[in-house]
Amino acid sequence: MSGELAGNVLRFARVLRAAGMAVGTDRALRAVAALEVIGVARRDDVHAAMSAVMLDSHAQQPVFDAAFEAFWRDPRLLERVLASRLPQVADAAPAPAPRGNRRVDEALAAQSGSAPGPQRQDSETVADAALSHSARERLRSTDFEAMSVAEFALAEQLARTVALPLRPVVSRRFTAAARGRIDLRASLRAMPRQPDAPALAHQRRRRLPPPVVMLIDISGSMERYARAFLHFAHGITRRQRNTHTFVFGTRLTDISRCLRHRDPDEALALAGRAASDWQGGTRIASSLDAFNRQWARRVLTRNASLLLVTDGLDRGDAAELDQAAATLARWAREIIWLNPLLRYDGFEPKAAGVRALLPHVTAMIPVHNLRSLTDIRQAIERQRGAAPGAGFRPARRRNAA
Amino acid sequence: MTAITDVDHLIAVLADQQYVADRRLATSVFLALRLQRPLLLEGEAGVGKTELAKALAGALGAPLIRLQCYEGLDIAQAAYEWNVPRQMLEIRLAEALGRQDQGSLSASLYRREMLIERPLLAALTQERAPVLLIDELDRADEPFEAYLLEMLAERQITIPEIGTIRAAHPPIVLLTSNRTRELHDALRRRCLYQWVDYPDAARELAILSRRAPGASQRLAAEVVAFVQRMRELDLFKAPGVAEAIDWTNALLALDAMALDPASIEATLGVLLKYQDDIARLSSGDIAQLLDELRARELPAA
Repeated sequence: MSGELAGNVLRFARVLRAAGMAVGTDRALRAVAALEVIGVARRDDVHAAMSAVMLDSHAQQPVFDAAFEAFWRDPRLLERVLASRLPQVADAAPAPAPRGNRRVDEALAAQSGSAPGPQRQDSETVADAALSHSARERLRSTDFEAMSVAEFALAEQLARTVALPLRPVVSRRFTAAARGRIDLRASLRAMPRQPDAPALAHQRRRRLPPPVVMLIDISGSMERYARAFLHFAHGITRRQRNTHTFVFGTRLTDISRCLRHRDPDEALALAGRAASDWQGGTRIASSLDAFNRQWARRVLTRNASLLLVTDGLDRGDAAELDQAAATLARWAREIIWLNPLLRYDGFEPKAAGVRALLPHVTAMIPVHNLRSLTDIRQAIERQRGAAPGAGFRPARRRNAA
Repeated sequence: MTAITDVDHLIAVLADQQYVADRRLATSVFLALRLQRPLLLEGEAGVGKTELAKALAGALGAPLIRLQCYEGLDIAQAAYEWNVPRQMLEIRLAEALGRQDQGSLSASLYRREMLIERPLLAALTQERAPVLLIDELDRADEPFEAYLLEMLAERQITIPEIGTIRAAHPPIVLLTSNRTRELHDALRRRCLYQWVDYPDAARELAILSRRAPGASQRLAAEVVAFVQRMRELDLFKAPGVAEAIDWTNALLALDAMALDPASIEATLGVLLKYQDDIARLSSGDIAQLLDELRARELPAA
């Protein structure tokens, strides 16, 4: 009986793993222990016990329920289905690279003739280093519209290295420092070592980059920029764990988890599948409203800064947009609007959507090429300085303090 | 400490503490007791996560040790702190007595008696197994979460100066989160997980009859129906069970025997905590909602 039970639990764990849940051996063992405590007499008890052990978050509940339902009906059926659908997964440990992975394709093409495979990474680094200064310069002012894959990689790299123009958050945690508050515990610990020359240890509050939330418009008018910004978002996510990214066209999609994937192509492919409204219309107001209701309370915490990427061309009602943006502004510590349309010198905030959004943002910055991404910091500080009534202290002064 | 024999027993002893648990939740708690695993409770604000810990401590006859989390919570406030003034006195004493031996001085500076226990350490040193409630863990920052891992998995705390302190009577650990931040997978992996949802109408009625015993059957039923209907509306923050209890008590204080639009409007601030939500519900809407509920009740009655 017990062996049978354990076998079934392990099989169920495999099904859950195939469904993308992080169910390790430890969990399977714990599940067996749980069932021994609870018994298998009542189905709802078994369900409650298994979900208490197997789940990581509420979002996984539907997947778990479906798997449980199917498994309860016929423990072997699901496995058979899995086996027939994924014949090679059991033996071949590394999953085959998905087709259309551009970076792999390019790397292999460049390598034709020389040793294939393992040196892929090296060749990329070499190619990158070989990019001359002038090439880099030219790239920086190339519009996102005209960028190639290699250039996207550079955008990503920039995102990872360029400091974001956001005011640092002063943490409530302390770190050792040359001056500041006296750290009694550390001072005392040092005392027995140097009893004759006691020196006080000091500490001060740590400064951290704020959590970042990106809202990226992926509607038709933003088509050419969305990809570059997704690379940008991926770069930030890789650097800073507490980054959340959402895309919106006609509806809002959370792609934060997709972008945590290490490989940029993989991450973007995942994000592409997650959102279904690419290159469609825009409903900024309802998207922002959905964000306010479902997410703001959860992700705009700890003094998070919001990066809003949109051209502001909205088909919806301007009054609604005004309302949604006002609520958003109350949640976010600052809203930085990255607007690719701003590059045209003649751009004036005439569109109703732009006029509705503008009063609620901290700064509106033109971003349409890599140079504008690297200059983003100065641009924002200029705008902050230019708006004395906005109640901002320039970031620089805070840094120097 | 009361020994819990099975899930039904647990539900019964929790009910004695005025806590009405559904079977799912009780199963998770029972597992946490038996498997000696921390239990992570997630859910909207006001669904009774913190109350559960209090009721459980009462039911088990165990002391409740509570750690309220906040940003910047550190070891000194959560686990332990050295009693520095006393250590200073110790040094002064050694000076006065003319003791020179450095080794014995630092040994006497870092004795157990020099430690000030904070909730996490206190939970490990009790005479009997306590219930440790780590409340609103999402408010603490990630470094603190990492610090908790050792405590949760091994029920021990390592203090660099004196070594590892292990629990003789391991605490029953409940963690709650309102999801203002995603907790790290490493922490989730060490816990049992339970999502606490809004109760269904029958259970909410049972809760109200225990927590607001002064309310008439009719008032309680109407409050439950109204609150359940409000949770279906597109509100910024739907009212939780805590709000429903408060609201019933507020209505009782106003001597209401049944719901009417005027008293609802006067007490809406007890139920809804965002101005946007209150503004959404004009008096016409309230009357309409109320009519709708009455109409739905009639055929049922």
